[in-house]
Amino acid sequence: MEFILPFIIGILFSASLYLILHRHFFRLILGLILSGLATNLFLFVIGRLTRGGSAIIGQDESVAVEPFADPVPQALLLTAIVIGFGIQSFTIVLIKRVYQSFGTTDLDDMNTTDQIDENH
Amino acid sequence: MFLAILAGFLLALAAPLLYRWLGKWVYAPMALLPFSIFVYLLTLAPAVLGGENLGELHTWAPSLNINLHFFLDGLSLLFALLITGFGTLIMLYAVGYLKGHPLLGRFYLYLTLFMTAMLGLVLAGNIISIFVFWELTSISSYLLIGFNQDKEKSRSSALQALLVTGLGGMALMGGLILLGMAGGSYTLSELLQRGDVVTNHALYLPALVLLLLGAFTKSAQFPFHFWLPNAMEAPTPVSAYLHSATMVKAGVYLLARLTPVMGGTDEWQYTLMLVGGITTVLGAFLATQHVDLKAILAYTTISALGLLVTMTGIGTAPAMEAMVVFLLAHALYKGTLFLVAGNVDHATGTRDLTQLTGLSGSMRYTAIAALLAGMSMAGILPFFGFIGKELLYEASLQESPFRWMLFAVSFFSGMVFVSVAIALGFGVFWRRSESPTALQHPDKPLLYLPPVILAGTGLVFGLLQGFFVTPLLRRAAESMLGVEQVFELALWHGFTLALGLSVITVLLGYVLYRKANRLLSYASRFNDLYLFGPANLYQLTLKGFLAGATKITATIQNGYLRSYIAAIVTAHISLIVLALWENGPRLELTNRLDQLSQLRLYEVVLLLMLVSALVFLFKSQSRLTSIAIMGIVGYSAALLYILFGAPDVAATQLLIETLTVVIFVLILHKLPTFGYLSHAAERYKYILLSLAFGAVMTYVILIVKQYPLDSEIKAYYGENSYLLGQGRNIVNVILVDFRAFDTLGEIVVLAVAAIGIMAMLKLRMQKGDKP
Repeated sequence: MEFILPFIIGILFSASLYLILHRHFFRLILGLILSGLATNLFLFVIGRLTRGGSAIIGQDESVAVEPFADPVPQALLLTAIVIGFGIQSFTIVLIKRVYQSFGTTDLDDMNTTDQIDENH
Repeated sequence: MFLAILAGFLLALAAPLLYRWLGKWVYAPMALLPFSIFVYLLTLAPAVLGGENLGELHTWAPSLNINLHFFLDGLSLLFALLITGFGTLIMLYAVGYLKGHPLLGRFYLYLTLFMTAMLGLVLAGNIISIFVFWELTSISSYLLIGFNQDKEKSRSSALQALLVTGLGGMALMGGLILLGMAGGSYTLSELLQRGDVVTNHALYLPALVLLLLGAFTKSAQFPFHFWLPNAMEAPTPVSAYLHSATMVKAGVYLLARLTPVMGGTDEWQYTLMLVGGITTVLGAFLATQHVDLKAILAYTTISALGLLVTMTGIGTAPAMEAMVVFLLAHALYKGTLFLVAGNVDHATGTRDLTQLTGLSGSMRYTAIAALLAGMSMAGILPFFGFIGKELLYEASLQESPFRWMLFAVSFFSGMVFVSVAIALGFGVFWRRSESPTALQHPDKPLLYLPPVILAGTGLVFGLLQGFFVTPLLRRAAESMLGVEQVFELALWHGFTLALGLSVITVLLGYVLYRKANRLLSYASRFNDLYLFGPANLYQLTLKGFLAGATKITATIQNGYLRSYIAAIVTAHISLIVLALWENGPRLELTNRLDQLSQLRLYEVVLLLMLVSALVFLFKSQSRLTSIAIMGIVGYSAALLYILFGAPDVAATQLLIETLTVVIFVLILHKLPTFGYLSHAAERYKYILLSLAFGAVMTYVILIVKQYPLDSEIKAYYGENSYLLGQGRNIVNVILVDFRAFDTLGEIVVLAVAAIGIMAMLKLRMQKGDKP
């Protein structure tokens, strides 16, 4: 498993980037969610994997005994997942709003404020 | 000296406020400042004239060898007296010229700022502070030229002056730093002793080129002369003060100042003589091609600046003497004539030479000032200009291989000066006329007194040349020559060659004046030639820059989200590859292959589920299916977390995944059908980029996992979470205890996202709103 995981994460990153580069807003959101997932897993794996031990101190001990999982990446992940959820729900509502206002979900139709007039 | 500069800056900033309090009486404090500095400088004069160099040191940035160092010798004193003396008159004149202008306070701000900067420039004893004040004069000149900000021409002229002199300023900075490196010091008084070291240094030539660029742009030397006539868009007091008497002479001042350090070499001499000579002739010629009073004066100023540079280039004692005398004479008469032109413009509403005639009756005092200044410009006995002209001829006729060329240059410009002097000093005012130009309002004392005083000074200096003027100019010339020098100014040298040539100049100048209309009629023939001139070149460059910038911006900032992201990811990949390429660790997979055998069945199932979910995601044409597949991917990740000892993370992941799917489904019916918007042409490019991205990330993980991780933080939390935090679940203790503030921040982020979502859901478009 440990050997395979880096490749899984790579596949997730590739898939997410390809979705983000799409023109469709809906696929962009899918890409964003996937990319968040991939990043979380990336962090988790970089922080080393521990099989069979969680980051919990047993009832009759006062300090954690090896092997126990590194709690720091887990704490980071919890935060990242929750904040990722904030972004996801925001974009999901945003796509609805954009469609209501512009009648399109094609990202190429939404580049006007950022484009400068070359004839100016 | 430091206090004088400081007071100048403070008063400049206070000017708009003073205008609000005092109304038009604002000119009283504004004129008092230059006058008191003038008087203060006069009290220092005896020491300087006695041959002393006064210095004043305030440490500023000692670690960089930059100090607020002031230095007063003959040359500085000459310029400083000119700046403050003329400044006093200009401050008075300005209130007459701009009376009732709502922005008079701002005008005084700019003008005083300029005066102080210019004063700082000539008093600075450290070459870096010279540069700082130099740039300040460029900036205040920009503000003053563009003072009539509602006029397009004003703004573009101001920008032109700023760009040209600013570019020169940049070169100057480079030159000064190189000079400091070559001379081993940034202090002027030390550099002045090290001329030999500097001229033999390897950095001499680049330093010289850069310094000359700075000086030539500032002093409007060919081919940078074109900004000066355009700068005449400024109100006339500014033209008279900045663009004739003081700022444009900053370049000349710099050359003169650095003569003992940089001068004396062939490169120095030939460049200055060549550029100065061309500028002199070109300026004089162009002056005959215009009818606008200020344009004529601007071109003769360019010509005079060329003469000053030429004289500095010759570098002999008589040439330096001629240079300082002509500098003073020119400032006096040219300043006067500018003020006169301003008066005429103010009173009649026109500056066209061909329409102005017979004004001596209605503008008596201005006419007298014009006549006096004109006679000085023409070099007529007993005016100060006469002494200047004589010395110029003598200096250019010295023994040298170029004597006839130099003489031709000064003779030609002299002739044009005479012609212009007659036209302005005599033609406009005193020539008999049937129908004198009508005045819109009579001449005012504040407008005619300053030119009368200035022109009168020219006469007094001519008559009493021995008193104060001679010692001052002598010390100024000494500053450039670096050795003691004795010279006496005299009106009457006897019947010398120079006198004869002066007479011929005046006669030929008169002929030129009579034929001026004939010359003007040729003006249109040169129009084609100007297309290749530097002014046009400047316009083309400017346009090219703007078009190029627009093009670059349009390419980089094209508004397509995916190209931004592609750029970011590409940069990210390249940086990682670059870092790992050269001396990064090598990947060793062989010893990890045994890990494959430890694979368990449920793990394999999990992996297959993930991969097949992704395949389905790309195949799916339905939104609902896509969302469901996203759920599968998310849950798989949660299972992974459980496998590796992270139950809390897994729980959160499950919750969040469920919530996301719920929100998606809730708004799904509001979205259009899921048409696939293809971008076939770019598709393969993006597939390639995505694969590269995934590969790089995989590689990074593999590399990192090659090394053991010894985490002190893990051990710390493991030991202390129960003892200090009273909790057995270490992750929870970290979140709510050790890093509680981070969690608070996270909650805030969620709250902000929630507010944003609420706003988007509740927002109702009003009629007329843009979506």
